[in-house]
Amino acid sequence: MLLSAEPAVTTTFSSDPMIPRPYEIQRAKWDSSDTFSLELTPVGGGDIPAFEPGQFNMVYVYGVGEIPISISGDPARRDMLIHTTRAVGTVTRAMSELKVGMMLGVRGPYGAPWPVDEARGKDIVIVAGGIGLAPLRPAMYRILAYREHYGRVVLLYGARTPADVLYRKQLEQWRAHFDLDVFVTVDRATNNWRGSIGLVTQLIVRAPFDPLNTMAMVCGPEVMMRFTTLEMEKRGVNSDNIYVSLERNMKCGIGLCGHCQFGREFVCKDGPVFRYSQVRHFLTKWEV
Amino acid sequence: MKTLEPILAKHPFFAGLQPHYLELVTGCASNMHFKAGETIFQEGDEAKQFFIIREGTLRLQVFAPGQGEISIQTLESGDVVGWSWLFPPHRWHFTGRATSALRVIALDGQCLYTKCEQDHGLGYEFLKRFSHIMMDRLQATRLQLLDLYKVN
Amino acid sequence: MTQSKKNKPPKLYVLERRDFQELLTALSADGYQLIGPTLREGAVTYAEITAVEDLPIGYTDDQEKGTYRLHQAREPRLFGCGPGPHSWKKYLFPARMRLWQAQRSNGGFTVQADAHTPDKLALIGVRACELQAIAIQDRVFTGGAYVDPAYQAQRENTFIVAVNCGRANKTCFCTSMHTGPKAVSGYDLALTEVYTPEQHYFLIESGSPSGDEVLHALPTRPAAVDEVEAGEAIIAATSAQMERSLETKGLKDLLYASYDHQRWDAVAARCLACGNCTMVCPTCFCTTVEDVTDLSGDTAERWRKWDSCFTMEFSYIVGGSIRSTAKARYRQWLTHKLATWVDQFGTMGCVGCGRCITWCPVGIDITEEVREIQTTSVAPTAAVTERKRKRENT
Repeated sequence: MLLSAEPAVTTTFSSDPMIPRPYEIQRAKWDSSDTFSLELTPVGGGDIPAFEPGQFNMVYVYGVGEIPISISGDPARRDMLIHTTRAVGTVTRAMSELKVGMMLGVRGPYGAPWPVDEARGKDIVIVAGGIGLAPLRPAMYRILAYREHYGRVVLLYGARTPADVLYRKQLEQWRAHFDLDVFVTVDRATNNWRGSIGLVTQLIVRAPFDPLNTMAMVCGPEVMMRFTTLEMEKRGVNSDNIYVSLERNMKCGIGLCGHCQFGREFVCKDGPVFRYSQVRHFLTKWEV
Repeated sequence: MKTLEPILAKHPFFAGLQPHYLELVTGCASNMHFKAGETIFQEGDEAKQFFIIREGTLRLQVFAPGQGEISIQTLESGDVVGWSWLFPPHRWHFTGRATSALRVIALDGQCLYTKCEQDHGLGYEFLKRFSHIMMDRLQATRLQLLDLYKVN
Repeated sequence: MTQSKKNKPPKLYVLERRDFQELLTALSADGYQLIGPTLREGAVTYAEITAVEDLPIGYTDDQEKGTYRLHQAREPRLFGCGPGPHSWKKYLFPARMRLWQAQRSNGGFTVQADAHTPDKLALIGVRACELQAIAIQDRVFTGGAYVDPAYQAQRENTFIVAVNCGRANKTCFCTSMHTGPKAVSGYDLALTEVYTPEQHYFLIESGSPSGDEVLHALPTRPAAVDEVEAGEAIIAATSAQMERSLETKGLKDLLYASYDHQRWDAVAARCLACGNCTMVCPTCFCTTVEDVTDLSGDTAERWRKWDSCFTMEFSYIVGGSIRSTAKARYRQWLTHKLATWVDQFGTMGCVGCGRCITWCPVGIDITEEVREIQTTSVAPTAAVTERKRKRENT
């Protein structure tokens, strides 16, 4: 059962799951030198499809291509779809050049969500590295909307440099919450950064949570996630209570194209969010 | 005067240390305070001590001409800083600067070293604790070297 | 639909060779386009046929690792050839298909789905292993939460005439995979070709209501006991002829524990990563997409194309390919076929047709690779031992 009060929505737009639905760009904004956010609404009006934190959409740029991007907005808001991504590939670069009023194609939402509902009654530790904060932001929104269901809530976020810190204003707001522990660290910094310098993995040892009653949600580069889970386990968090979000090549998003296979899993439909104990065997193998 | 022993006992670095060892260690300990911006130790200076951070934060820095101060890492309450005192040439490799009001306990290297030589049991306890910190720092450094968030 | 027949013996009829054209004519009359084995460029290729003469009458094939030769046989069988380089999947799951097109209009675009209006196809001469391959692809494309509508539409418009195998190729190992040589399900009609110098006829049975209808319209007679036995003897002989084998017992767990096996290095040293095995495989289902625009940029199209896990691009994510070595790609392919497929779809992804063995340019043999791993495997890794221990404790 979901905590969300919204009714589950069935997409009636098309029976063919490969057909994108046109969305219009309402707002475009750079979060850092290479990362940007788009706010989108469906062309012709109406709500965006209900989504769960951690799910993604296949986003299409006219004539260029289609890629999976996690949803970064508030799952309680149905008036606006938010995607944050880095302009690093052909499609995302083309996407970054689109202006307000232009259109994108969107299919989704797809994939398994963060265990925000199963985590009720537990402490929450969210560990994000780099752009990995984007797929975790909806989980933060949902958890904060139902704050009373959870114990301590800790957000540990690591970025490359202060200029790469995502959602800076949001982080500052969250930091002001008295019932939320937010720690931000950067790998390298100049002198005008007053915050912490060091790896996000080093924040875990002192983060205030009860390891025996914690749900950890981790997203970032795969190596960062592996090291994070090691630190979590050092603290005594059971690997059944650690979740990671994986990235693989995806062409369809619905388990038909075969590209995203990771061992026995299809990252698009069995993931992208996985219980760590479920995938650890393959995560430590090379080139799976 | 109140002894520092109960404060040391509460610090994670000394967790589980037998009381008679703690007593020996306390004999080498002294309380220190720094203001934000103050230098705690300077690269190249003789390293006679290491520090147990009680409260506040400090940065490990290095100066590069043309780049200015480069910060390597921030350390905070619960951390231990300094192992240059352990081995020759006993000189600080980095500069330590307080980034907030800082309360530390300084442990005298020569004093501890002598006690460790006299009682290898104590020496072993120290080596275990320091090697753990060194491993943590080394692994973190390796990860930092990978520059994971960079796009290849 | 076959449930009700469970208790009765299958009703076998005899269709004489001289009446075989009647079957093709009946299917054509029902509006089916006929697809069957034909001779093209020195190989048996599934293509459109109109008459019995289009079949490779009197031909047979020799297959071995990296070898395929057709030659004329003394016996004028219609179905004397084994599986060729093509499989039926190209008709059910086209190698290239447009998914949709879009028209650009002032800053935006509108998407137009392509309608799925499949031709009615009758597939003539589907082998038992190929029936299982189709069943496996059915599960992939129509068994999950999302259905491939084009595939589903084509499947609903496909009539299948299976042919039980009268001989095994050297690359065949369907008995190991429990997929043949006799067709047991998934067909509308199934044939066994019986040829002796005195007689040439087909034992024919129906596997569906549509099969019943066609069968009733044909000039057949109920099979006599000795004719039924002749058919059974042919299938038994084919089974006995099978030279290759693949031990599937415990294979999934073994492969899960063998990601670091040294055999992958040995096979990678030979593998050209050409992807032939994936193209000829009747169950391989991976696709990629291609976006094209016309010169003006006013029309964009999205095409789906077969893809192979042996390409470098297949696993590309920003920064590089996840499986950058041939070793990782071969391991992915084989492990998928024989291990991860089981967890994904409930069966193995290999039907023992032997195509990947025949069409590998360097003669890599899946049965040999599996045997090497089975016979040279070291003790299970710590992870497996730990899992076992956990299982025992719970």
